[in-house]
Amino acid sequence: MTSNQIKRPLGLQLLIYGFVLLWLIVAAFPFFWTMWGSFKVELDFFSKGDWKHAISGVRTQAVYGESFTGAGYEGAWIQEEFWRAFSNTAIVCFFTVLTSLTIATLGGYALSRSGFRYSFWLLIIALVFRALPPITLVSGYLPPFYAWNVWGLLPTTIIVLVAINQPFTLWMLHSFFQTIPKELDESAKVDGCTQFQAFRHVIIPVMWPGVITAGLFSFLLAYNDFAVTAVLLNQDNQTMVPKIASFMGTTQTEGNVMFAVAAVVSSIIPLFLLVLFFQRQLVSGLTAGAVKG
Amino acid sequence: MKHKTFFWFFLPTALAMLLFIALPLTSVVSQSFHAPHEEVLLVSEICDPFGCATESTIDHQATEQLKKDKPLGQWVGFEIYTDRNHLAFKEVAEFWQTRSSFTGFISSLNNLQFYRAMGFTLTYVIVVTPLVILFGLIIALAVNSLHRHLKGLMVFFSLLPMIVTPLVGSLILFWMIDARGIVGSGLQEIFSDPNLSLKASTGLTWVTLIVYGVWHSAPFAFIVFYAGLQTVPKETLESAMIDGATRFQQVIHVVVPHLSPLVAFVALIQLMDNFRVFEPIVGFSASAHATSLSWIIWNDIGQEIRLFSSAATTSVLTIIGVVILLLPVLIRTWREFNPEK
Repeated sequence: MTSNQIKRPLGLQLLIYGFVLLWLIVAAFPFFWTMWGSFKVELDFFSKGDWKHAISGVRTQAVYGESFTGAGYEGAWIQEEFWRAFSNTAIVCFFTVLTSLTIATLGGYALSRSGFRYSFWLLIIALVFRALPPITLVSGYLPPFYAWNVWGLLPTTIIVLVAINQPFTLWMLHSFFQTIPKELDESAKVDGCTQFQAFRHVIIPVMWPGVITAGLFSFLLAYNDFAVTAVLLNQDNQTMVPKIASFMGTTQTEGNVMFAVAAVVSSIIPLFLLVLFFQRQLVSGLTAGAVKG
Repeated sequence: MKHKTFFWFFLPTALAMLLFIALPLTSVVSQSFHAPHEEVLLVSEICDPFGCATESTIDHQATEQLKKDKPLGQWVGFEIYTDRNHLAFKEVAEFWQTRSSFTGFISSLNNLQFYRAMGFTLTYVIVVTPLVILFGLIIALAVNSLHRHLKGLMVFFSLLPMIVTPLVGSLILFWMIDARGIVGSGLQEIFSDPNLSLKASTGLTWVTLIVYGVWHSAPFAFIVFYAGLQTVPKETLESAMIDGATRFQQVIHVVVPHLSPLVAFVALIQLMDNFRVFEPIVGFSASAHATSLSWIIWNDIGQEIRLFSSAATTSVLTIIGVVILLLPVLIRTWREFNPEK
């Protein structure tokens, strides 16, 4: 406890530092190890004889003359066309976040300003929807999508992801809008604004912190989704996560594990940057639901 | 806000949830009561000089017509629910009658895919949830006592295991625990057993998946508790100190009660998320030793002939499980909203 003014005994101090260091290693080491190893050949990445080979890259040197190689990345991005998956992910995430935020902002605002009984029930229904594993819905999507011939397309998946995102985004924005005093838009209405004008001129200018936080989480939901994208997209439209999963099947047998390693590292980099730049918003978003109970 | 304005504001999100959550949900329920049509057979008797024989051929036209008339398939009621791949009432009853002991009965249940998946899913939920809360609390207490600059760094690195795509995170660990990977070969070294493999036995696979689950979710608990620690009332801590409470007693009697609403929140989210455990099973290629309810649904849909009815039935059973898990929360919210009742 920092609030304790009494100095901690040395033993406790050491225990704390030891534990923190241990957690730091457990949390971060796997990522750095894999990033480092993605520039080696397979025999270095999986070096049974001497684990130091994975660091120095002895066999990589033997094959390529240098201790680093971009062969895995070349294989994944060009030969296996991972760039296609990357651009698909970018498209899916962009439109999912945009649409989710637009409709959830309106809905969340309405819920926070309506004291009627049905708004409580709508929130409860959203909570139940949030708890449903997305994969339980998938078998309900497929037959109609086949029948209408829209299976495998990016827009279909985007709409489905938007819908699956809604309950969560709605809850988040609802609790955010409740922290904006009602008096703000009430007074605008007294001055003769309609509800929508009040929203447009008074609420929109002050809502961005909450909207950005909600956007981050709906981005993560779209980016990390596996169950929906793997089933609903065809081969050409695959996003990164299902593509990586399909690497597992094909490359393992062909001895191209390094392609999969490179693809995995490539898919982590955007998330790494996200945490770097939006750490504060992520933390506030994680705790937002908790503080209000 | 007037009803009419509310309606227009809420319409887009309501439509999205209605069309792509509520409607698929009803379609899943109805699928679970229907089985695919069987092919219509034409039975004809063919007689030749050596005698008569009946021959049956598939009447494609009639089959197509039937599929067109009733696209859902044939109504079978609860038949799929009780079949061998789901609740397997007949098999369970048989096992119960022929049981030699209770543990023998449990292990014979393990031969039925639904109960095997249920067994792992529940074990995962029951073990991972408290461990996540415990580790999250310890990390939060430890990090909170660090210097200001170190705190930010710790929060950054702690977020990584949680933010990273579950499938990708599990793949990274999967490569490390490979017999040729650094952790896998390290463990072989420690236990001086060159054949030790975390993937070979059911028990070790379960342990691996549970370790992954804690690794993935502890950061969430950590962040929530860490935020809660910033609001612990200093006066209470000081008066506890004056009363002679040791550090440990302060944590148990002041900090933990202060955090208890947050513990309930983390537990709720973790119950919901752990119950749907799925990606790590794919990432660790662990399906030979551990399956979950979500994984069975995935497996049914991924077959060459997609087994919609079977997947839908498991989906409905999973949803019932989710609702049972949520029931305490729903009842509590209901009571808070209607205090007089």
